[in-house]
Amino acid sequence: MKSNHNIKTLILAMFVASVLIGCGEQQTDDQDASVDEIKIGSTNPYSGPASAYGTIGRAESAYFKMINDQGGINGRKINFISLDDGYSPPRTVEQIRKLVEEEEVLFLAGTLGTPTNSAIHKYVNAKGVPHVFVNTGATKWGDPQNFPWTMGFNLSYSNESKIYAQYVLENKPDAKIAILYQNDDYGKDYVHGLKEGLGDKADTMIVAEASYEVTDPTIDSQIISLRASGADTFYNVTTPKFAAQAIRKANDIGWKPLHLLNNVSTSVGTVLEPAGLEKSVGLITALYLKDPVDPQWADDEDMKAYTEWFNKYMPDESIDDAFNVNGYIIASGVARLLEACGDDLTRANIMKQMASIKDLQMPMMLPGITWNTSAEDFFLIESAQLARFDGKEWALFGDVIGN
Amino acid sequence: MEAFLHQVFSGLANGAIYASLALALVMIYQSTHHINFAQGELAMFSTYLAWAMINAGLPYWAAFGLTVVASFFIGLIIERAIVRRVADAPVLTVVVVFIALLVILNSVTGWIFTYTIKVFPSPFPEEPLFGPYISSHEAGVVGVSIFVLVTLFLFFRFTPLGLAMRATAENAVSSRLAGIRTGWMLALGWGIAAAIGAIAGMMVAPIVYLDPNMMSGILLYAIAAALMGGIDSPLGAVIGGLTVGVLENIMGAYVVGTELKLTVALVVIIGVLIFKPTGLFGRSFVTRV
Repeated sequence: MKSNHNIKTLILAMFVASVLIGCGEQQTDDQDASVDEIKIGSTNPYSGPASAYGTIGRAESAYFKMINDQGGINGRKINFISLDDGYSPPRTVEQIRKLVEEEEVLFLAGTLGTPTNSAIHKYVNAKGVPHVFVNTGATKWGDPQNFPWTMGFNLSYSNESKIYAQYVLENKPDAKIAILYQNDDYGKDYVHGLKEGLGDKADTMIVAEASYEVTDPTIDSQIISLRASGADTFYNVTTPKFAAQAIRKANDIGWKPLHLLNNVSTSVGTVLEPAGLEKSVGLITALYLKDPVDPQWADDEDMKAYTEWFNKYMPDESIDDAFNVNGYIIASGVARLLEACGDDLTRANIMKQMASIKDLQMPMMLPGITWNTSAEDFFLIESAQLARFDGKEWALFGDVIGN
Repeated sequence: MEAFLHQVFSGLANGAIYASLALALVMIYQSTHHINFAQGELAMFSTYLAWAMINAGLPYWAAFGLTVVASFFIGLIIERAIVRRVADAPVLTVVVVFIALLVILNSVTGWIFTYTIKVFPSPFPEEPLFGPYISSHEAGVVGVSIFVLVTLFLFFRFTPLGLAMRATAENAVSSRLAGIRTGWMLALGWGIAAAIGAIAGMMVAPIVYLDPNMMSGILLYAIAAALMGGIDSPLGAVIGGLTVGVLENIMGAYVVGTELKLTVALVVIIGVLIFKPTGLFGRSFVTRV
């Protein structure tokens, strides 16, 4: 009898084990279309040195809150889980693993930062988790051959640089260019793009390059050196605080070059006003988003909808901060993606829909700058329009450049 | 030559910033023999207080004065409430407390005031009064640093309170036996350091813009300056600050290139610690066994 009992126990244990294993096998990575909630993961620097970008994550969350208040997408609510990585790659890895393995999110969207996304690039592609609207301009996010699950959001830094290169070659062919750049992947991507854009004229046209570290208190010394090089064109590849310092310092020491400012720092409210609007006159940049502070959009339908959303869902934040527009567009892009997916909420379909966008004009994007992707083309935004700051607003000029 | 002079004066202006924060570091070191890693963040927080007051409509100098006084009490309270409790703990515990303070102040400020950069007004005129190489504000910062230095010197040299504070730092036990309330002397040291930090913050902000990470880079240079001059010498801190500022610019522009500017500051720290551990103006102590 005793051995019989033991056998029964053994059989029971095997049965339980097989059920448990079976559960594991049946579990798929894709969400069931019948679920009433879609889980999306993201990371943002809500703390630490890059926390100025934290507002982007808050804007995304606020946008999904609006979507949920309106009843969700195809009857499903969005559960947007945006975790803090402090702009520190090891923490990004930790948080993304948590999102993928514990929270079992359907996909990742809007993860911010070049070093942070670099750290998870291989992992998410090995896992087959869509990693879309990657919120940096590094060129490496558009590589469907090697990384079929990753697609970036912003106009790539090198494509933006090529737009400036084209402008300089056409309008100032004898320019002597001085470059100030942040000493990391972001800055180097821009510099590399400019050199590619200038082609074999790069060596003669670029007369000085100076870098700075994010820990530098000021970049005054660099500006003095660049001016002393005799350059008449200044390519300013800096993040907002340093951009404001550079614009002001160049002005204060009486340097008046053709001043090309990277798109990262074009916010009127958070860069040009601190630098001094009168000191910013004549700056040239490439734009693809609408700036909420820019008076030319005051009566624009997109802007009205944006302002209404902002006042309702982000009442404590500053509308001057153009970073919020970035979060708003990413979130609306995600919503648009989910609509396109319909009830087929598989990871494969998400990438398929992501890679089949045609001439899509999204709200808050400049008129004529549309989204285009294909199975071979993983760059969402590939065009921009040049604009010159006139003391009040960015006055667009010329055609939309790029493809 | 013009560019060279520009680099030197710009270096002096930066150096004055490092010096003013280094003075606060020296102040705390003199009274507690600790290096306060949260000194920069305290100064940054004080500057936000001033910014809030100015935005609320207070005239600049009223906000300036109120901020210095408020910062004094914040420093005092931090010493009484937090630092005091770990006074007898191992030095690593103290370091952890300081770093925790740094992170907390940084996050809380960001949470209250957001991370977008803010313009902080300068009390000095806009047009350059001292030639083309230095703006009035930069010259003003150098002047204020020297003023703080002289005030500190007079305070420690000629007032009974200054004497009592020095005595406490040198020999707490004997000081207590002589009737000095040593606990309060330490708190006072913290208060004065926080007040000096507030002045430093308000001088720095018009140059680098006010944001929660304003002081993180400056603190590194300030520590280099303080160590170079001798961590217990206010004069050394100022000379150290100016030297680091000019050295950094000259080396960055003409010798090692901008990529290694920060490295120069760190090499300076290590060099001084190896060859003259007490700094250029520091005194060496001989302890009898």
